[in-house]
Parts: sequence; structure tokens; C-alpha cells
Amino acid sequence: MNVLMKVKNAGFSYLDGHEVFGNVNFTIEEGQIFSIIGPNGAGKSTLLNCITNLLQLNTGEIFIDGKLIKELDRKTIAKNIGYVPQTHNATYGYSVRDFVVMGRAPYISIYRMPSNEDFVKTNAAIESMGIAHLADRPYTDISGGERQQAMIARAIVQEPKIIIMDEPTSALDFGNQLKTIRMIKDLSKRGFAIIMTTHNPDHAIMLEDTVGVLDRSGHLTVGLSKDAITEEMLSSVYQIDVKIEHVEKVGRNVCIAKL
Amino acid sequence: MWDVIRGSEVGMNSNKSVELVRMANDKRRCRVLVLMIILTLVLSLVSLCLGRYSLSLEDIIRILLSPIFPIERTWTDIMENVVLKVRLPRMIAALLVGAALSLSGATYQGIFKNPLVSPDLLGVSSGSCVGAALAILMGLGHIGIQLFALAFGLVAVFIATAIPKLMRNSSSLMLVLSGVIVSGFMISTIGLLKYIADPETQLAAITYWQLGSISSVKAEDVIAVFPAMFVAMIILIVIRWRINIISLGENEASLLGTNIKAIRGCAIICSTVLTGCAVCISGTVGWVGLIIPHMCRMIVGPDNSKVMPISVFVGASFMLVVDTLARTVTAAEVPLSVITGFIGAPLFAWLLFKQRMKLR
Repeated sequence: MNVLMKVKNAGFSYLDGHEVFGNVNFTIEEGQIFSIIGPNGAGKSTLLNCITNLLQLNTGEIFIDGKLIKELDRKTIAKNIGYVPQTHNATYGYSVRDFVVMGRAPYISIYRMPSNEDFVKTNAAIESMGIAHLADRPYTDISGGERQQAMIARAIVQEPKIIIMDEPTSALDFGNQLKTIRMIKDLSKRGFAIIMTTHNPDHAIMLEDTVGVLDRSGHLTVGLSKDAITEEMLSSVYQIDVKIEHVEKVGRNVCIAKL
Repeated sequence: MWDVIRGSEVGMNSNKSVELVRMANDKRRCRVLVLMIILTLVLSLVSLCLGRYSLSLEDIIRILLSPIFPIERTWTDIMENVVLKVRLPRMIAALLVGAALSLSGATYQGIFKNPLVSPDLLGVSSGSCVGAALAILMGLGHIGIQLFALAFGLVAVFIATAIPKLMRNSSSLMLVLSGVIVSGFMISTIGLLKYIADPETQLAAITYWQLGSISSVKAEDVIAVFPAMFVAMIILIVIRWRINIISLGENEASLLGTNIKAIRGCAIICSTVLTGCAVCISGTVGWVGLIIPHMCRMIVGPDNSKVMPISVFVGASFMLVVDTLARTVTAAEVPLSVITGFIGAPLFAWLLFKQRMKLR
């Protein structure tokens, strides 16, 4: 498998010297789903910001396609990494299509406008997200779940190798959460590698791929979700009593916390 | 509808219709733009006719074409002077000021992702005014006035955007308040300059000019600022689609591969050049930069690649109407800001009501 991203000994500290995480190592391959779990404030979002080069590491290195990320320009990074923010506070009600076509930005030269070809790709992505009927609606008028689909469509037209999602399930209701999980699996089948954060270890189990557990001390434990997600690990990370049971009716392990 | 990645047979059909809708949209945008250009031309001709010395449309067209085509002379020297030396420069000045203020307003609203800012609300207009007044007091020429207007405009926009950063508060309200602070300071500075100014000659000029007027504009004044305005407008129109991306916010624009510092810097400089030059021609004219972009968004939707070109012509037409009113409603000239305020304030209230704008 093709290694798309390699994170080596990554560490990040705030200016006051407080370390958020340290000695973080993982690699991302084509079609891989990497879920990052960990308690609030452990630094999951900071880690995502580092691997998109919005923040710079204090120690260690990140390679995209074998090249150091800090030496790449934003355009090249954008051609490799698409980002789906957790929420999006829009000021202007661009139509869903105008919003999604912005994902083509890294391919459009600064003095040009999106071409018809860009719009064809945009329409296809909107279609594949099942929101074609919303294409002309103002982006500010649609529901949170639909907005997330629009943001994912935008990441798809960006044609990146990796799509990063910051807590894609956190703003959604129970049903939409599961649909998002299903969609993430579909995206990985289409060849995108996915890096996402989540608050729900069940989601990492359902995605049946790799998981990284970021604990309060800023250490990231990486492994296959079925090996890495254990009662001891969850109990210590979240500091609650967690049991993992195999439920035959849903055919998978589930995490249950004791009050 | 949440069942994603559907079969392509469903896709093909609606894909086609989607494409049709888009084409219809483009057509509409094109039509609106052409319509606005025609409106601007018609208003320009009408404006040339109107005034204390009334002229017929036919005379106007003949006089305008006479330098290019050999046309039999059926008009008097006075008529020609009124059209070519008095009304034409003034008309061009009004068109330029309106276009410049609206385009820079649309740009500021986009890059600061805040529909409540404009050259005047950010304090850029009054900043430029301070710069220009200072240059006048120092006895500098056209170039000096332009440079001072631009430099002080940039200082104003820099301070207005620095205050929210210092407060670590990026809400719409904070930027507006910061603009209030900057323009308050700049207006006081103008007051100080007026206090120093020679009451016989400079004071009246500065006062009148502060309220906005193009009554005394000369062809040279317009020619002096035209190149800078033209270049700034072209650059903004060329990068207009990027303004959409920047309006998503700093991080998102970066993640979409945009060099945000370069584009935002370029957009700020261009719109400040436009404001500064407009101030050089007409003094500070309020409201135009705020309401015209809103009006354009109501016509063509929020996409800046449509709003920005249209705001040039809507702004130009608006300003032309305002200036024509200013010189025709009474025997004496009415300051422009008086009229833009009377039209702009209620219009803005109505626009806010229509859009039911959600402000954060």
C-alpha cells in the first residue's frame, strides 16, 4: 500500500511551554480510516491542525507523499489533504453549488473563475452526497447534517488523497451519526484515506480500521481498533468504568460505561 | 436522501437538470450585468441633459460625438463648454466615485466576512480624508494628496482590523465598533485640521469637502486619480472569486489552498486605493459603500463573482443620480453625503428587514 502521510516523533507545545502532545507516530495509507479518540482537551484538534500545517510542530516531522509538509505550499497541501470542519459558521448564504465549487480552488489559477469542468465535478460530488436537490439552496438555510454533506462534497471535489474530518459525528443526531459512519466507509472504498476525530469509541469500532488514542499526557497509542480499544484503555483514558461487550444482534463489540 | 453514493442512473438525469439550472443562472447574471451597463449609460446621458442650462438629448449626443466624427456644428460654444468642460468631468467623477466606493465596500464586506462594514464605517474614508486634508495644508500637489489619502486610509484599515485582534474577538460587532473608534479619531483629527486651517481660504474648502461634493471637480483631478482607480478595479474584478473563499475564514481558506495573506493584502490595498482616490475626488461620501453591495446581493445572490462586477455599475448609477440631484434640486449645491444619508439610511433599514440578517 501507498504511504500517503507519515508522522514521525511529532510534538507540539504552546508558547508557555505546556506540551499538548509528544512523540506521536503514525502512517496513513491509501483508503485507510484512522480514528483519533481521546478526552476533551487532549489535543485532538491541535493534532489535526498540525497535520494540515495550520500549526507548526515543535519537534518531529510530517511527510506528505514523502515530502516534508513544512516545505510545501498551501496549494500542494490542499491537493493532498481535504478538510471537513466540525461546524461552519457561514456569513454569506452562498448556494450549495457555489460553496462546493470552492473545493476546486487549488486547481484554479488566481485570476480565473471555476470552469464548466469544475462545475461538472461539483455537480457529480453533490450528486454522490445525495444533496442534488439542495444545490441551489442557500448554504445557510439547510440543516446541520446537510451542511456537513456539502462540506464533504467540497472535500471530494478537492480531489485530495486524504480527507480529514474534525468530529464529523458530534453535531448530528443518532441516525445521522450512523449514516455518516457508513459514508466514511464508502469514501474509503472510493480510495480516500480518512483521518477523523470522534468522541465515541463505538464509531472507531464500527469503522473497523486503525485507531489512535490520545491520552491526557499527550501520548498517542496507535493500533487496529479491535486490538487498541480495550476496557482498561478506555477506562484509564476517560477515567470512568467502561465495559466492552460483544452484542450478537449488531454483530460487533460495543462500549458501555458504568455510571 | 442521506443514503449516499447512489446509483449513477439517478445521477445522470438530475445532473443534466442541475447543469441547466446553472446555465440559466449564468444567463441571468449576464442579463443583469448588461442591463446595469445600459442603465448606467442611459443615466449618464440624461444627467448630461439636466441642469440649470437645459440641453436636449440630441445636442448632447452630437456634442459628444463631434470630436470623433465630423458633425455639422448646430450648437453654441456655451453649450459645448457646459457639456464637455463642466458636466462631463463631473459625470465621470460621480461614476468613478460611486463605482469605487461600492466595489471597495463589497470587497471589505467579503474579506472581513462582515456585511456591516464599508469604507466609511471602517474609518477608511475619514482616514483618507485626514491624509488628503493634511496634504492640502502642506501645499502638496495631486500626487501628494493621493499618496497621503492612500497612506492614511491604509493606516485606518490597519488600526480598525488590529483592534479586534488585540481584543481576541473576531465578531462582526467588534470590527464595527473598532471602525467607530477609528473614524471617531479621524473625524476629530479633521476637526483639528480645520481649527488650524486658514479660515479665509482652506476652512470652507475642507468643510464642504468633508460633506462630500464634486461640484468643483476639474478634468485634471479626475485624470490624476483615474489610472490608480482603474488598475485597482481591474485587479479586484479579476480576483473576485477568491473573495468568496476568503469570506469562509482564515483557516478554511488556507485549507483550500489559498495564500490568504497575499490575496487579502492585495484586496485590502486595492479597495483602500479605491476609497482613497474617491476621497480625493469627492471628499467623504457615506452610505454608498455599505448599501450598494447589499442591494447587489439582493439582485444576484451572495456570490462575489457576480456581486462585485454588478456593484461597479449599480454604485456608479446610484452616485450619478445622487450627484445629479445634488446639482439640480435647489439653486445651491446640496452636499452629497446629505443626499446619500437621506436615501441610504432608510434604504439600509429596509434591506436589513428584507434580508432578516442574522448577525453574530
